[in-house]
Amino acid sequence: MTFITKPRINYAGQARNALGLTMHDYEGRLSTLCAGCGHDSISAALIQAFFELDIAPHTVAKFSGIGCSSKTPAYFLSGAHGINAVHGRMPAVATGSNAVHRSLYCVGISGDGDSLSIGFGQFAHALRRNLKMLYIIENNGVYGLTKGQFSASADVGTKAKKGEVNEQQPIDPVVTALGLGGTFIARGFSGDKEQLVPLIKAGLNHDGFAMLDVLSPCVTFNDHEDSTKSYAHTRQNFHPAIRLDFVPPAEPISAQSLEGGVISVELHDGSHILLRRASQDYDPTDRSRAFAYVQEHQARGEIVTGLLYIDEDRGDMHALAHTIDEDLVDIPYEDLCPGANALAELQNRFR
Amino acid sequence: MEALQKGGLNDLVIKLATVNGTGSASANSLLMRAIFRMGIPVMGKNFFPSNIQGLPTWFEIRVNHRGHLAHSSRVDVMVAMNAETHRQDLAEVSPGGTLIYDSTWPRDATLVRDDVEILGVPLAQICNDAFTGVRARILMKNIAYVGVVAALLDMDMEVLRQLLEETFAAKPKLVSPNLEAIDLGFQYAKQNFPCPLATHVKKLDKTRESILIDGNTAAALGCVYAGATFAAWYPITPSTSLMDGFRGLCEQFRKDPDTGKNRFCVVQAEDELGAIGMTVGAGWSGARAFTATSGPGISLMNEFLGFAYYAEVPLVLFDVQRAGPSTGLPTRTQQSDLLSCAFASHGDTRHVLLFPANPEECFHLAVAAFDLAERLQTPVIVMSDLDIGMNDWMCQKLEWDDGYRPDRGKVLDADALDQLPQFQRYLDKDGDGICYRTYPGVHPKGAYFTRGSGHDVSARYTEKPDEYQDGMDRLTRKFETATGLLPAPILHSAPQTTTWGVISFGSCDGAIRESAELLAEQGVHVDYLRLRAFPFGADVQTFLDSHERIFVVEQNRDAQLRSLLVLETDVEKDRLISVLHYDGVPLDWGTIYAAIYEQVKQSAAA
Repeated sequence: MTFITKPRINYAGQARNALGLTMHDYEGRLSTLCAGCGHDSISAALIQAFFELDIAPHTVAKFSGIGCSSKTPAYFLSGAHGINAVHGRMPAVATGSNAVHRSLYCVGISGDGDSLSIGFGQFAHALRRNLKMLYIIENNGVYGLTKGQFSASADVGTKAKKGEVNEQQPIDPVVTALGLGGTFIARGFSGDKEQLVPLIKAGLNHDGFAMLDVLSPCVTFNDHEDSTKSYAHTRQNFHPAIRLDFVPPAEPISAQSLEGGVISVELHDGSHILLRRASQDYDPTDRSRAFAYVQEHQARGEIVTGLLYIDEDRGDMHALAHTIDEDLVDIPYEDLCPGANALAELQNRFR
Repeated sequence: MEALQKGGLNDLVIKLATVNGTGSASANSLLMRAIFRMGIPVMGKNFFPSNIQGLPTWFEIRVNHRGHLAHSSRVDVMVAMNAETHRQDLAEVSPGGTLIYDSTWPRDATLVRDDVEILGVPLAQICNDAFTGVRARILMKNIAYVGVVAALLDMDMEVLRQLLEETFAAKPKLVSPNLEAIDLGFQYAKQNFPCPLATHVKKLDKTRESILIDGNTAAALGCVYAGATFAAWYPITPSTSLMDGFRGLCEQFRKDPDTGKNRFCVVQAEDELGAIGMTVGAGWSGARAFTATSGPGISLMNEFLGFAYYAEVPLVLFDVQRAGPSTGLPTRTQQSDLLSCAFASHGDTRHVLLFPANPEECFHLAVAAFDLAERLQTPVIVMSDLDIGMNDWMCQKLEWDDGYRPDRGKVLDADALDQLPQFQRYLDKDGDGICYRTYPGVHPKGAYFTRGSGHDVSARYTEKPDEYQDGMDRLTRKFETATGLLPAPILHSAPQTTTWGVISFGSCDGAIRESAELLAEQGVHVDYLRLRAFPFGADVQTFLDSHERIFVVEQNRDAQLRSLLVLETDVEKDRLISVLHYDGVPLDWGTIYAAIYEQVKQSAAA
């Protein structure tokens, strides 16, 4: 996040990562969101995660649709290509890009309007294809840019700033993703960076569609006392089911770190996620248990957070499509064109 | 005109009325290809229902030694295998023509025509005696009529035998029963009717350098040869076979020799919005990417087309047009998406359109479409139609120049970016309206944020009036540049000077050239300009200026090409005379002939 324009001063002793880059190198342009917007905290968490993972900014492609959330890819990683597409259709654009350039880190930023209303179909189908990407839903239960209408994630009984009460059932991205067969399902809170950064790191390295629903209060339209998506309400009902640490491939996992019922999940690049359970009955590899756990707590008004479900072995879109391991954009034309002789021979079938 | 309606040697139309899902398609194709192998120019048009099994379907084979292969409204030989449509089929036969029917069952006594020769062949009876099993009997009945037609038209049985062997190369057991069925029909006709008919076929040598191919297959081939690696689509008639063709060709030519993995990616999207979105994503990332659809898909793709126009993302879109509006007639042809494609999406948008007139051009213009899309950094829409896309056309063999290399347009690579002080995505450095682009992942300096919202030369968000307007004006400049790069129209001049012109595009071509030739024989001369691209170049204005009256021939109700000419050129509206055809059936030469002949004679009398 860069909320205030600051000169970029490099000073001796500032932290540099393995690429020799500073945190500044991962920042974006000045945010135009409201002061205190949860989305800016998420951008900050993204900046920290990319910095700590030593990912070169230009090896990332950023995708978004339309809405407050979708503006944010301009506010982190200026050194990465980004595309701010049309409303609700970001998953399609990300699919096309990843199909031809799979070696890029693919990051999509969406919102509850963009993913759960106009883009609900595309969200579901990107998840179904198990497109290898980190897909963040910056969820605030409200349409901010158009001045405060309810979104599809608004809870029943939520009162809008102007007094209107929502009577429709909310769509919960976590429950939806569990039902649709998602392979990485997580929830975070923009106000809890400590949990959010490892969730982002894990999602970036997941071999498939990493859905990260982040509660991100809207300070202007949905942070009042009748809102269930306010800072106060979220902090009060925040229930971390599972906390995690992300361990890069190079670092060995000590026996000590696995003590106390910690589960380790190995990702395809050799990195590990260490999962620390809040309660012993939670198993993030059991879909039906995860489903029940989330819903039971929801009934009590608790917001369950953490990496709630993971399946690292499904195979992403490329595995299902049997595409080559290299990027399609790198194949020389000579290897793509069958040539004049092949064309002549081929045409015998048209005689 | 009546004199022109009579068939003759190597000049006839065979129509086969059957029920869909009964194997008649292979029998009909066999007949057409046998005539082609006999060296006689031929085409086949399929009139099929939007249905899987049980509804009436027709196949028309036109044989013409002069090479005129547009749809003809004449029928010389009708093979009426569908009792349900028998009355209609009989009515359609031209005077002096022949109708063949299955006489196993008695025929309605009220179906009489004195001017048509009616030949009954007990096809079901013959096949029931010779074959066992319900499915085999139905299939063989349809193959048996090939034998009847072969005898009546004096076709070469050896050619038919060879074709069958090639067709069933993988299942040789099927050759002999099929041959037997053909022979049963052949022998019956020989023994019972005077063979051949006056209207029959005789070997020529006019197809040696030709192929029979449909436009969707040819377009798919073009995509493979252009180096396309990504395609996304949603199934819709009549574009589906284009994607099937592409995938099939990729399976053949695009397997990694070491790993057997795919050097292509075809995604069946959740809908057309997804299909074009994926194509945008792949094009933006630096791949040659395309999608294919028809009218309803174009409606859905509008938003992304506007995005790609404004954000300047190259992509290729094939619109295989069908009859609209709405669901319209999904299995019938039309050219009615012209205006909706030229200006697809809200705001001031316009798009490059290419107009192939036949499968051969589908191949070559597919390749050109990718070059143009990347050169101009914009969507290019190839406007095919159901007639071109799904029917077998006789074309020149496709030629390929191994020296071809894709024109990837203005792209900065890592070295170029290294030397640049600062990269500005939308800076018109060369004054032609086309800016330099970068691919993701190449160089940190090449990064920019692509958006459909207002942007300045550095791709930054802007609402400043002058910055917004400069961007819009540059796009206008880019489209002026485009007119110099697009395929030029093709002029067919009349044998003598004339003030009458014809302008048209796409699949109207064959019918126009045939009617122009016949009109010339009647002393009516027209110069004919066939457009191959939009926006129009200076040569279109020149043609309009050099003719007093111009017929605009097109296959839609609302004269969309005429509207486009009025909008985009300086022509006076009243000099353009519309010749419209929009019943869903391919355009026939007679419609054009009649319209032009009447108008010219009237003017002469006035």
